[in-house]
Amino acid sequence: MTDAAELRAAVRDFLAEHDPGGDRLEFLRARFDAGLAWVNYPAGLGGRDAPRELQTVVDAEFAAAGAPDNAPSRNGIGLGMAAPTILRFGTDEQRARYLRPLWTGEEIWCQLFSEPGAGSDLAALATRAVRDGDDWVVEGQKVWTSFAHKAKWAILVARSDPDAPKHKGLSYFVCDMTDPNVEVRPLRQITGEAEFNEVFLNGVRIPDSQRLGEIGQGWQVAMGTLMNERVAIGGGNTGRESGMIGVVAREWRDDPEVRTPGAHDRLLRLWVEAEATRLTGQRLRQQLAVGTPGPEGSAVKLAFSRLNQEISGFELELLGEQGLSYEDWTQRRPETVDFTGRDPGYRYLRAKGNSIEGGTSEVLRNVIAERVLGLPPEIRTDKDVPWKELPR
Amino acid sequence: MSTDLLYTEVEEDLRSAVRRVLRDRCEVSSVLARCESDEPYDLALWRTLAGELGVAALAVPEELGGGGAGVRELAVVAEELGRAVAPVPFLGTVLATAALTAAGSADPIAEIGAGTLVTTLAVGLTTAPSAPISPAVRVEGGTLTGTVTAVVDLEVADRVLVPATGPDGTGLYIVDTADSGVGRTPVTPLDLTRRFGTLDLTGAQARLVAADATPVLRRALLTAAGVLAAEQVGLAQHSLDSTVEYVQTRYQFGRRIGSFQAVKHRLADLWSGVSTARATSRNAADALTGGDAGEAELAVALGQAYCSDLAVLAAEESLQLHGGIGMTWEHPIHLYLGRAKSAQLTFGTPERHRARIAELVDLPGV
Ligand SMILES: Cc1cc2nc3c(=O)[nH]c(=O)nc-3n(C[C@H](O)[C@H](O)[C@H](O)COP(=O)(O)OP(=O)(O)OC[C@H]3O[C@@H](n4cnc5c(N)ncnc54)[C@H](O)[C@@H]3O)c2cc1C
Repeated sequence: MTDAAELRAAVRDFLAEHDPGGDRLEFLRARFDAGLAWVNYPAGLGGRDAPRELQTVVDAEFAAAGAPDNAPSRNGIGLGMAAPTILRFGTDEQRARYLRPLWTGEEIWCQLFSEPGAGSDLAALATRAVRDGDDWVVEGQKVWTSFAHKAKWAILVARSDPDAPKHKGLSYFVCDMTDPNVEVRPLRQITGEAEFNEVFLNGVRIPDSQRLGEIGQGWQVAMGTLMNERVAIGGGNTGRESGMIGVVAREWRDDPEVRTPGAHDRLLRLWVEAEATRLTGQRLRQQLAVGTPGPEGSAVKLAFSRLNQEISGFELELLGEQGLSYEDWTQRRPETVDFTGRDPGYRYLRAKGNSIEGGTSEVLRNVIAERVLGLPPEIRTDKDVPWKELPR
Repeated sequence: MSTDLLYTEVEEDLRSAVRRVLRDRCEVSSVLARCESDEPYDLALWRTLAGELGVAALAVPEELGGGGAGVRELAVVAEELGRAVAPVPFLGTVLATAALTAAGSADPIAEIGAGTLVTTLAVGLTTAPSAPISPAVRVEGGTLTGTVTAVVDLEVADRVLVPATGPDGTGLYIVDTADSGVGRTPVTPLDLTRRFGTLDLTGAQARLVAADATPVLRRALLTAAGVLAAEQVGLAQHSLDSTVEYVQTRYQFGRRIGSFQAVKHRLADLWSGVSTARATSRNAADALTGGDAGEAELAVALGQAYCSDLAVLAAEESLQLHGGIGMTWEHPIHLYLGRAKSAQLTFGTPERHRARIAELVDLPGV
């Protein structure tokens, strides 16, 4: 099996042949072709079937050489969710078509799941996909679609059979966001900027070759995506004080004026929780690396959301007068969600989304209670009823 | 960066062995019955755990006659003892063996290892690992005089390691509790499963174990505090497991109470807390096994700051979700609650550990 030393040697060989200071895209494409993109992926698809844990070794080697990275924060949904779904459910042709430009960042991905009438209850969604020859014709409205304005592709769940119960009538597609029948409208957020969007699918034709998984299997594929979403959120490889707690700790160290006894104890409590949560994420990654993924991802996401909200609120209080101001309310279309690089007011407002996006905290608690603790499921009246007969 | 937060196969084997013995010999109803008897500790069980499974001198190096394992393994044992609120002189033994190891003394290790000789360390049970060390016991003409309160496992101890100050500084001495000049007064404990008492020395015979007690005591307290975090994780895990079991079987309003979302969500949060506590406790055990003293101090302070409160929360949630039954004497929840609350004070409250973290990571107060 591949080990760290072998990977280091492989990176060094690669760097001997490719100039990290040369053309960025060429370099990234070559890195993918050399199997040094995501090491746990199969050979030929950017990886070499190595343990996922060893990715850090490769990334560190490239960073040390001053090589460009693939700007992972610009394509979070592509890397964290679309890619593992394509790997698992895609055909060989689909994998070959999508994975390389996804990894290099040439093609950004977004996620067309949520609808005005279907958020937590995703399986209730109403966007229709009707078969027409070799194509599907898709009609409907999606909402809260992050970075749809940047995306070339979307992962899309749509209803292919309204007569089936809600979980059984869904299919999963890759949708071309540059299709003229896809309309993306910015949705201004509480931060002032438009990071997410409304997306109108006005009779978009999607070739059947862009379907992922079987017809009617869309729910299972989507579940695979969401599992990966939680792992992605819980699994970021970060050092001590790397998140928002680091920002506040630095403020505390740099400015004795902000210090009060009560604030000191709050800071320390938050520091302890942040560090404990970071270690829980690290433990999750170690479990993944040895192949026994634990359900800790949900716990980490819960804790991370609550902490980000508490820390960002605490920071405004620490800052006093400065905490009253906001950097800029102009509507902008951001490239990434960047907590640590932005001002405190932004952090405070944006962190409110952490307990909603990617599954609300309430829904995650249900997941933990039912799947991990084995407690009785919520009472369901909608499971076996044809979707079209459900109250909406 | 090579911190290993998982359990090794060897550790899992050890866990199963300890769990098997505890399942057969340490049922919680018998622990409860024992609490009110003349023999609150089960020393026969302790001899089995020590003699057959080697848990007493597990983390003592082989050169000193111990099991040659590390704090990681010891912590796994602690988790199981915490799950069972086992009434055995474990914590005193951890303190004593860690002190003897730090002092490089092989002296009574063989007997401690066999479980035939119980040894503890004369420090107050609420002493934090970073607290200033100024023993109340004096060395006078080669004998010891003074009083130490809240000495854990004192009633059943055959030997006590005593830090004492004389003309040559603060040394670590060993006394035999059967000797004249050694008085022991038990205290009625909040935690019925862990006993402590006051040690009175009046001209007691003593033998020097280490000339400088300070580093030895620091290491012993740090190790024991780290191991205690694991015990707290075990206790919390049991509280969660037994509560989940209960809410699956108890019906109110025509439904299992575990089907109510208000109950499910609290248990989901508790489960998340236990997962987090486990990561911090593994981190502490791993750091204590590795070599970096600064990292070990931070890891233990973090583990204690998190696990102490979480264990209390787990026991309190368990009581609440059991309703009236949880308030009764015959239901064992109070044993867990007493253990959890006392353990929160043991080796310093979370607030003390947070204060230590503030020093270690440079987050100064006003
Ligand atoms: C910043 C941000 C970015 C997003 N990006 C995307 C994206 O890129 N693509 C995409 O498809 N979606 C995206 N979303 C949508 C997100 O997935 C949904 O908002 C989320 O799933 C919740 O659905 P909802 O908004 O309809 O809330 P609702 O489902 O209406 O929930 C409202 C409240 O009711 C609670 N609730 C609902 N059901 C239950 C239950 N069974 N038990 C207990 N409580 C319950 C919820 O927890 C919540 O508090 C994004 C959301 C945010 C905030």
